[in-house]
Amino acid sequence: MSGASHRISGAGRFSQAKTARFSFDGQSYAGIEGDTLASALLANGVHLVGRSFKYHRPRGILSAGAEEPNALVEIRRDAARKTPNVRATVQELYDGLEAQSQNRWPSLSFDVGAVNDIASPMFSAGFYYKTFMWPKAAWKSLYEPKIRAAAGLGVSPDQPDPDHYSSRYAHCDVLVLGGGAAGIAAALAAAETGVRVILADEQAEFGGSLRFESGAKIDGQDGFAWAQAAVAKLTAMDNVRVLPRTTAFGYYAQNFVGLVERVSDHLKAPGHDLARERLWQVRAKRVVLASGAIERHMVFADNDRPGIMLAGAARTYLNHYGVAVGRNVGVYTANDSAYAAAIDLKKAGVNVAAIVDLRDNPTGPVIDEARALGIEVNFGRAVIRAGGKLRVSSMTVQPKNGGGERTIPVDAILMSAGWTPSVHLFSQSRGKVAFNDETKRFVPGTYAQDCVSVGACNGTDGLSATVDEAYAAGAKAARDAGAKTAKGTKPKVDASESWSRGMLGAAPGAGPDTTVKAFVDFQNDVTAKDIRQAVHEGMRSIEHVKRFTTNGMATDQGKTSNMHGLAIAAEMLGKPIPEVGLTTFRAPYTPVTFGAIVSHARGPLFDPTRKTAIHPWAEAQGAVFEDVGQWKRAWYFPKAGEDMHAAVDRECVAVRKTAGLFDASTLGKIEVVGPDAAKFMELLYTNPWEKLEPGRCRYGIMLREDGFIYDDGVVGRLAPDRFHVTTTTGGAPRVMNHMEDYLQTEFPHLNVWLTSITEQWAVIAVQGPKSRDIIAPLVEGIDMSDEALPHMSVREGKICGVPTRLFRMSFTGERGFEVNVPADYGQAVWEALWAEGQKHGAAAYGTEAMHVLRAEKGYIIVGQDTDGTVTPNDAGLDWAVGKKKTDFVGIRGMARPDLVAKGRKQLVGLKTKDPKVVLEEGAQIVEDPKQAIPMKMIGHVTSSYWSENCGRSIALALVAGGRDRIGETLYVPMPNGVIEVEVTGMVFFDETGGRLNG
Amino acid sequence: MAKAAARKTTPAASSSVERRPALAGRSTTAAAVKVEVLPPVERVSLRAPEASAAALSKALGVTLPKKPKTSASKGGRTALWLGPDEWLVIDEAGNDPLADCAGVAALHSAVGISHRNIAISVTGAGAAATINAGCPQDLSLDAFPVGAASRTILGKTEIVLLRTAADAFRVECWRSFSDYVFTFLSEGSRDAAV
Repeated sequence: MSGASHRISGAGRFSQAKTARFSFDGQSYAGIEGDTLASALLANGVHLVGRSFKYHRPRGILSAGAEEPNALVEIRRDAARKTPNVRATVQELYDGLEAQSQNRWPSLSFDVGAVNDIASPMFSAGFYYKTFMWPKAAWKSLYEPKIRAAAGLGVSPDQPDPDHYSSRYAHCDVLVLGGGAAGIAAALAAAETGVRVILADEQAEFGGSLRFESGAKIDGQDGFAWAQAAVAKLTAMDNVRVLPRTTAFGYYAQNFVGLVERVSDHLKAPGHDLARERLWQVRAKRVVLASGAIERHMVFADNDRPGIMLAGAARTYLNHYGVAVGRNVGVYTANDSAYAAAIDLKKAGVNVAAIVDLRDNPTGPVIDEARALGIEVNFGRAVIRAGGKLRVSSMTVQPKNGGGERTIPVDAILMSAGWTPSVHLFSQSRGKVAFNDETKRFVPGTYAQDCVSVGACNGTDGLSATVDEAYAAGAKAARDAGAKTAKGTKPKVDASESWSRGMLGAAPGAGPDTTVKAFVDFQNDVTAKDIRQAVHEGMRSIEHVKRFTTNGMATDQGKTSNMHGLAIAAEMLGKPIPEVGLTTFRAPYTPVTFGAIVSHARGPLFDPTRKTAIHPWAEAQGAVFEDVGQWKRAWYFPKAGEDMHAAVDRECVAVRKTAGLFDASTLGKIEVVGPDAAKFMELLYTNPWEKLEPGRCRYGIMLREDGFIYDDGVVGRLAPDRFHVTTTTGGAPRVMNHMEDYLQTEFPHLNVWLTSITEQWAVIAVQGPKSRDIIAPLVEGIDMSDEALPHMSVREGKICGVPTRLFRMSFTGERGFEVNVPADYGQAVWEALWAEGQKHGAAAYGTEAMHVLRAEKGYIIVGQDTDGTVTPNDAGLDWAVGKKKTDFVGIRGMARPDLVAKGRKQLVGLKTKDPKVVLEEGAQIVEDPKQAIPMKMIGHVTSSYWSENCGRSIALALVAGGRDRIGETLYVPMPNGVIEVEVTGMVFFDETGGRLNG
Repeated sequence: MAKAAARKTTPAASSSVERRPALAGRSTTAAAVKVEVLPPVERVSLRAPEASAAALSKALGVTLPKKPKTSASKGGRTALWLGPDEWLVIDEAGNDPLADCAGVAALHSAVGISHRNIAISVTGAGAAATINAGCPQDLSLDAFPVGAASRTILGKTEIVLLRTAADAFRVECWRSFSDYVFTFLSEGSRDAAV
């Protein structure tokens, strides 16, 4: 145990714990294992831990949990591991922990930014909506960047995150959120039936309020000890998963709950395999919400001075961590719970200067006990002001209806305005809260999902009632989830504490007639005055008040502030609270790291990288790859000393001179099988298929219903009832979906099935005059003669002893083949073909050469030369539309007036007047370059390349009325001058097509 | 029907070139899980109306399951229910289910996909947790018993999942996604182990 100044000997639950050294703002301190950073700082007498968001006011530790609005610090493990905005009240201490305060310069105790506090009239509510609007130009250049820099909270890490994060989907029958007495009782009841239970709590230790409620006794044990024993029992059960350090941050549709487990943030040296955080995505049949209640602060002048904290928090620090938050504390309360804190502190030897109770004549055992201990108790009085700056030094007390002031020196003030049921998750589940007029609080009203609230979050007061309610709810949730038997016994509450009520809104001394800074929302620096100003300026809806003032916004989600803000607004509006309504609680309940959300999806798992069977060969040859969707495709194969231009030129020439090998494996492939296969093809493609003989191929065009080109590809008929369809690489999945969609919804009467075979077959295109010579020696069982295997035909046989679907087809205009082999044989067959090819001087070519070669022939690429607004006629493909067909997808769309009107953009060729000039793809085309800007654009370049085979540049373009303009001169205005072009046909090389059989 | 594709797809003995399966031999072992790429097998994507199921079952020697999320297995051949008219047939015994289907006259579509898929086994006490790193299905033994099968997702990819034992799964994915799936399962296994 450390000898820290405020550690009380014999108090707390970690008296035997080992010392853990840590530093805060460079100063070294000793804490103990089991501490949070907050309790360890308080043990050393440190209250000042941060500067506020807007006014840079010194701030201390307000709470002992996730509701903490002030004590947000940066935790550093190393240069790359810097986490901003960590709640010191949640961060567990480990030996060597380094923490830094935020939002201050040059130091925490002297912060230049605190000038904002003095200049605060400028920064009043809604200031960024109005104050800095003039002159307009200054907003972007001056005000916005300055305000952003000044107002940000914490500093983002500037290096890649070296930690890893994991994720886990889980299902359970009963998910219990919150591990206090209620959650544990519910989990016990559910678990005893044998159903699957998950119990999660955001703290390292279960117990919730039992951490501080010294008066609680359950099953004959101290409440906290009972909680530990119960959780140990649950942990040992096979049907239960217990998740400490796990925050349920979002409640989504159909009982889907997102939770983040802090796996290793509390460890001194997390192992390499250990994730930092684990994202749990849980689908539960029933959810039990046991999220407890959050204590409210009192709203009075300068209520944010370090040393002023929630009474329950002070009690937690004492009873759980053995830390006294001061030596001479004052208490300011409007309900009984603060008395218990005062009593516990007094018993631990701390002087309690006075209890100031806003109520007139409260009675009860805690009040009697406080008096019996000799504590001065004042009724009907208010603390109207706190003294001190970096630490509270006094409280000034006044009768609540006015009168003489009295200033009492204190070094801490414990306050309690009552407890707010924590309905965040219930509200996120789309449940509707209801206002209880008697207790002045919103509690769960109408449920929208299969969940139930128990205990303090349901407005249930008293431990006994809580345990009864929770145990019954847990058992019912299990039954509703299908449990048959229950064999447990309900925990028996022997002694408990109970309190309710309190007050809402500003306390005396912070009323509408004052200009004091009485904070409602500490994290967003919103005062009672700001809320009033919002109403004064015309905000009537609480949602507007929230946005105008930022009360309850952002990461805080109004945990301590919502009800006070609402009450002040309601008072100003002269309306009862339920008429003003409650703002919507948003996920996440507490901030969630990007790491947890991304979890595994980073680096190689960010997105699948698809590689073909032949990829390793291309890689070994030094290919440069390009991304095509998720695929890596060989772009070109540079030889030593070659740039891309030289490599592509060489590859293009080789294909036309001898032959080239190309990896076409990524092309989408779909096997269409069934007696109605041809009928289906007739409906999905513009072309006729019924008469296509088995063994022959056809170039097919697929339209959408609107008549525009959707995809294209060569289709081979393998048998009367079997087609081998190819699609574009990028189109493969959506074409499959498109076909399946029509088959299931429009043509369900057809007996035909679709199977993706993209990855079954590796595809090696062998193109060029020597292609047959290269393939023939390796093929068995297929007659390769032009008579037996003409252009656009397909045969099944063997190559290199493995099965092949051998297509005679061409995307280059040369004699060509596409060799399909089962994927695992792809690389070996490629190597065999490559070896043959070497005898003839063949080259491997990549996607760039493929693009150039097809452009030389005017073959279009769907998605490059078309853009979803191009019809077959626009693309010059009328020949591929079956003239006698009466139906296919798009046939009616194609006949729409606009699609047959004159002057549509048509695909044509362009030749630059200067053959050396290569146009830019996407460049706009005009008729008259001398016209005034903006010029009338009549089309654009879709494809453009240098063609070594043509000895000039070539381009394809969509031009209005293009085919009627062939021979005309048009212009392409570019930043460096206007380029003159001649409109031509689309075929630049071998116009007669003789080379297909060459 | 289906005569054109009726031949055996892998006459391994006569081929003059080497078969190179993706990820061949890759495996990783974490404390509670082993993730291992399985050797090649024969696979058929079988589509058929209910009326053909009996004839196809007879030809295949395994009764095609009719209940969602189930599979049937006999003599090294497993049929996984993927949809009301869809099965994935896997043969680990070196026989050719495509050839067996070719003789069936009843209406159906059988397409060879032996090379389309890669199989990865996930075994060990943490096997379900490993897969649940990226698969949202309930993998408890009650909801997903031994023999259960499902086409589902893992992270950003589609997989077919088959439970082969209480602590063993077969994960099938398309060839080009296998590196992603293997890497994902490896990461999941690290987390399942701790």
